[in-house]
Amino acid sequence: MRSGLFLLICLIVGGGVFAAALALGNDYYFFAGYVVLQYVVLATAWNILGGYCGYVNFGSAAFFALGAYSTVAIHRLTPLPIPILVAIGGIVSGFVGFGMGYLTLRLRGAFFAIATLALAVVLETLIVNWDFVGGSRGAYIVRPETIAPFGSYIKYLFMIMMLLAVGSVTIARLIERSRLGYGFATIRDDELAAEASGVPTLRLKLIATTISGALMGCAGAPFPYYIGYLQPSSAFGLDYAVNSIAMPLIGGTTSWVGPLIGAILLGSLQQIATVTISSAVNLLIVGFLLVGFVIVAPNGIIGLVHKYLQHRPDDMVGRRRVSTDAPEVAP
Amino acid sequence: MIFSFDLLVNAIVSGILIGAFYAAVTAGVTLSFGILDIVNIAHPAFIILGSYVAYIVNTTFGLDPIITAIIVTPAFYALGAGIYQIYYVSFEKRGQESMRGLAFFFGLLFITEVTLVLYFGVDYRYVEARYIGPTLHFGSLDVPLRILVPCLVSLLLIAVLQLVLTRTFIGRAIMAVAQDQLALKLMAIDPIRIKRIAFGISIASASLAGAFLIIIQPVEPSVGREYIGRVFAICVLGGMGSLPGTVIAAMLVGIVESLTSTFYGPSWAPAVSFGFLLLTLAVRPAGLLGR
Repeated sequence: MRSGLFLLICLIVGGGVFAAALALGNDYYFFAGYVVLQYVVLATAWNILGGYCGYVNFGSAAFFALGAYSTVAIHRLTPLPIPILVAIGGIVSGFVGFGMGYLTLRLRGAFFAIATLALAVVLETLIVNWDFVGGSRGAYIVRPETIAPFGSYIKYLFMIMMLLAVGSVTIARLIERSRLGYGFATIRDDELAAEASGVPTLRLKLIATTISGALMGCAGAPFPYYIGYLQPSSAFGLDYAVNSIAMPLIGGTTSWVGPLIGAILLGSLQQIATVTISSAVNLLIVGFLLVGFVIVAPNGIIGLVHKYLQHRPDDMVGRRRVSTDAPEVAP
Repeated sequence: MIFSFDLLVNAIVSGILIGAFYAAVTAGVTLSFGILDIVNIAHPAFIILGSYVAYIVNTTFGLDPIITAIIVTPAFYALGAGIYQIYYVSFEKRGQESMRGLAFFFGLLFITEVTLVLYFGVDYRYVEARYIGPTLHFGSLDVPLRILVPCLVSLLLIAVLQLVLTRTFIGRAIMAVAQDQLALKLMAIDPIRIKRIAFGISIASASLAGAFLIIIQPVEPSVGREYIGRVFAICVLGGMGSLPGTVIAAMLVGIVESLTSTFYGPSWAPAVSFGFLLLTLAVRPAGLLGR
């Protein structure tokens, strides 16, 4: 399928969801849907680096918060329309993503993951000590009650996030099917071999961190308008980091479908759990699902579906027995 | 800013004392991450778990937190051994430890923290003991006993661990498993068993570190997060898998943090260790006493 056509279909689906939410006639659905869409963007962005290249980023919250705080900073100077803020948030986070990649991507695997965690805390400390954006007290953003063609402001925010979600899924799909995506896959499978066969691994990884960071920043930019009051601990919340990892891993990391499925499923589940049980319990559910899925279904929901389509259940058992690795040496 | 010599000396001494405690906190990570290559980012969560065990026993039976921690080490050892078994079967054996193993530990960290929040809430908890409160004075130098006691026991713990690693059969086998698993197999030693023991010891040390933590400061579930960066910074700076290196690096980080919070304010202190970590990773990934 051509990317143009794909984008069109996505836009139509997005428009349909918007119309459905409108038909339900309750602003709550826009508030809840906004969060789910935000997770679609975050999960897709995480997957560009994590799923395609195999580099785990624990600092999603930092990129998200950077987007949010660049909005706060600009809001203090001069109010700009949200699409421009989204672009600025994306540029800021993309730039930081590039810088972090340059600092740490010569390290392999675990070190990169730990460095991203470190980056999140350094950035949080900087924001806490930066009085211009409110410091640890937080900052208020008063959003207008209404906006011209949409009626209530949340519908406008919902539409922006919907466009962002459509955009990021399209970008992810485009990457997957381009030379870039194949390059990323070689890094994931065997970085040393890729480098030896002339794949410019460092450059590819820098591209991946930049795109991934920029998309997370875009997702964060409208957040202050959504929440109305932003403080460092909410923008840098660990739930963003854990969700943006859990969603792709639960959905499946190898294609753009995985994070989308994971984000919609887990995001909706959390919205329901928050309303019906409590917000602490819903985080516990995410934790258990993440651990359960990585142990039982390492390739996520997509992997389960593939397995089911390819093999009948009975010979699956046989295959698993054969595929265990080198025989154990008796102690 | 007024420069004061007394302030400087006090900051350095308290940095060294806190550094010794950091070394005890990091010792477990040095074992698991440095020696076994298991990226246990959930280690701080187990430390907080240790703090809460000490808190529960202390408030119900009035038992000393350090003694409690020593008593419950077998339970923590069993927990660690169990976790390693799951980790081995689900990730190491399948060759998927890099990404999914990391996600597994991240999930454990999250589950532990949220469970503690659900049971105990986000209130700060603290313990009672005779040495919490009094302070020794040497001229203008103040040494609170609540920091001195954990510091001394920490150093003892590290010394014991170092002796076990270098002098006993199991300890040497643990060092060997880091270098060459196959050779170990050829010597008729099961590397998986050795790793299980080592990981068990690593988590057992978290029980002690948790007790030290709650003696030094009141604890709430998310305190552990501050320690993630700190322990990995110290572990990497110390040269991955070297206990003496860990002690030196821990004291260095302790001193710099203490100076930062004395002269610039405590809100900047968390960035210090992470800055250290980023700098170490970028400039000298082998650490101070690198292999």
